[in-house]
Amino acid sequence: MCEIVASIPLAVNENLIIQKRRIQNGKSKTRLSLVTGTHGDELEGQYLAYMVGSYIDEHIEQLDGIVDIYPALNPMGIDSITRGIPMFDLDMNRVFPGTKRGTMVEVICSSIVDDLSGSDVCIDVHSSNIFLKEIPQIRISVPTAETLVPYAKMLNVDFVWIHDAATVLESTLAHTLNSRGTKTLVVEMGVGMRITKEYCQQLFDGVLNIMKELGMWLGETSPVRDPVISEGREVGFVNSDAAGIFVPYANFGDHVRQGDHIGDVVDPLTSKVVERVLAVCDGMIFTLREYPVVYGGSLLARILQPTKGGDAE
Amino acid sequence: MKKKILFSLKSPYREQLDIIGFRFGHGKKSLAIVGAMRGNEVQQMYVCSRMVQALKKLESEGKIAEDTEILVVPCVNYYSMNIGKRFWTMDNTDINRMFPGYALGETTQRIADGVFSKLQGYEYGIQLASFYQPGIFLPHVKMMDTGFTDPEIMKDFGLEFGIIRKPRPYDTTTLNYNWQVWETKAFSVYANATDEIDVKAADEAVNAILRFMNNRGIVTAKTPPGYITEILNEGKTKQIQSEAAGLFFRTAEIGKTVEHGDVLGMIYDPLDGELVAEIRTPVSGTVYFAYNNPLINAKTVCFKIIK
Repeated sequence: MCEIVASIPLAVNENLIIQKRRIQNGKSKTRLSLVTGTHGDELEGQYLAYMVGSYIDEHIEQLDGIVDIYPALNPMGIDSITRGIPMFDLDMNRVFPGTKRGTMVEVICSSIVDDLSGSDVCIDVHSSNIFLKEIPQIRISVPTAETLVPYAKMLNVDFVWIHDAATVLESTLAHTLNSRGTKTLVVEMGVGMRITKEYCQQLFDGVLNIMKELGMWLGETSPVRDPVISEGREVGFVNSDAAGIFVPYANFGDHVRQGDHIGDVVDPLTSKVVERVLAVCDGMIFTLREYPVVYGGSLLARILQPTKGGDAE
Repeated sequence: MKKKILFSLKSPYREQLDIIGFRFGHGKKSLAIVGAMRGNEVQQMYVCSRMVQALKKLESEGKIAEDTEILVVPCVNYYSMNIGKRFWTMDNTDINRMFPGYALGETTQRIADGVFSKLQGYEYGIQLASFYQPGIFLPHVKMMDTGFTDPEIMKDFGLEFGIIRKPRPYDTTTLNYNWQVWETKAFSVYANATDEIDVKAADEAVNAILRFMNNRGIVTAKTPPGYITEILNEGKTKQIQSEAAGLFFRTAEIGKTVEHGDVLGMIYDPLDGELVAEIRTPVSGTVYFAYNNPLINAKTVCFKIIK
């Protein structure tokens, strides 16, 4: 059953509508919410929403609970390939929790939060932007790690990144829901403006698994992988210092040693290598630049260091 | 006056980005003024260019106080200005959401860091700011309430209103907020327009900044008399939202004193021309912000009233 979560009249003959689909079966009221499309250039979640919804439809008798799918929190952004909300300066994920008496975006954010609150688990699916490709991972702030890591391990991701809390992130959907007691996991995977079917399949298996763990899925599930947890490890950032075209020599998921040659920044005008890009530490490359044009500062890779005294996994 | 490059960034395909600063006087770092941080902040750049002219004249007349240095940075992001974008050319990030910056971080973090390193240590900081919605403001000065800057100082600008804003989480990465964290008394001056030049409002902003500098002993400058500034919290102003969507016509101008129930604007159906809403003020006061786009969505802030 499709429902409208929020609706605001637009200037000319149209409403901005936020929709969800509720799939319900059995007696249990256990509720899992799958939410995506906050950033209009992140599309991995679109295919995942389709996969989860269509599979449950075909095996509805195996469901004992409620699955709510919110495919597009920012439908105008997706429609116009705009990361933020068109004609609005702020990133939508910096406006939560919103307010009922606020502006259009604040009212929408408030309605979304009200609707999602009370879910037993909420999965907020993001892709990377168009510049970077990310291994399937869950990002958790330190204060929520104790509660969320057990659930993150159920989702069949490769990596769980526990990061410091920043004031600016207090305006995210995940922070808002977690602070209201709705356990919310933020997934990052793939690359902007594209669908990576293998990652969607991987997370699909994770969604069914977490439903099984919550007691709301009676059907078969696939075994899930044991993710690398960042706790006790550092993340090395490789940023370009030169401007030009980035050509990687390492692959996504490679284990590298500090000083390894992982790419070049080249100048197409002078045909010179303007920067030899070296790994800043030992570890596994879990983020790699997709978009070749770089400025000084452009992020080229992130490397997860091994535990102190241990080997890179 | 010394014209200096404060920060440079190489581009793969364009001439190097050189962020220019103009220094006046010498000695103790007294005041830094920053203009366009976004590519459409033409009015903000224009006000700074006028400040450069005014300070050149004051310097040549020996009217800058001894042991005083003033820095003016008219335009941080001219790369975006030259291609008609508001935010950073490549990744669309907002430099004014990257402070205090990070020298080893992403491109706009590096720009913010490069500029901020040159803006630190001043006793006062003034940013020519713009609003995230299309609209016009009564020229006013605003500060973020971090507990560091005394709001009473806003009176030295002699603008009609000085507004105190309670920072939200997303404000914590702006220049204004971080200036205060690094112990610069920081103010934002709103000079009405953004992507077009309003000469009258620019005159008012230039006079307000010169008045501030005169009152703070930074320069000796004659300016027209200002207002006795009313200081108030932003939360105490009344925000009026559109209840309907359509074509927007403003009937109340900024600066106008209005009474409870007065009509401030009309919204018409864009297709059949029927009147769909009258926007009336629920309070008496002065209009200090007005939306100025012909198309309006519902729940859009179309007026702000100082009660």
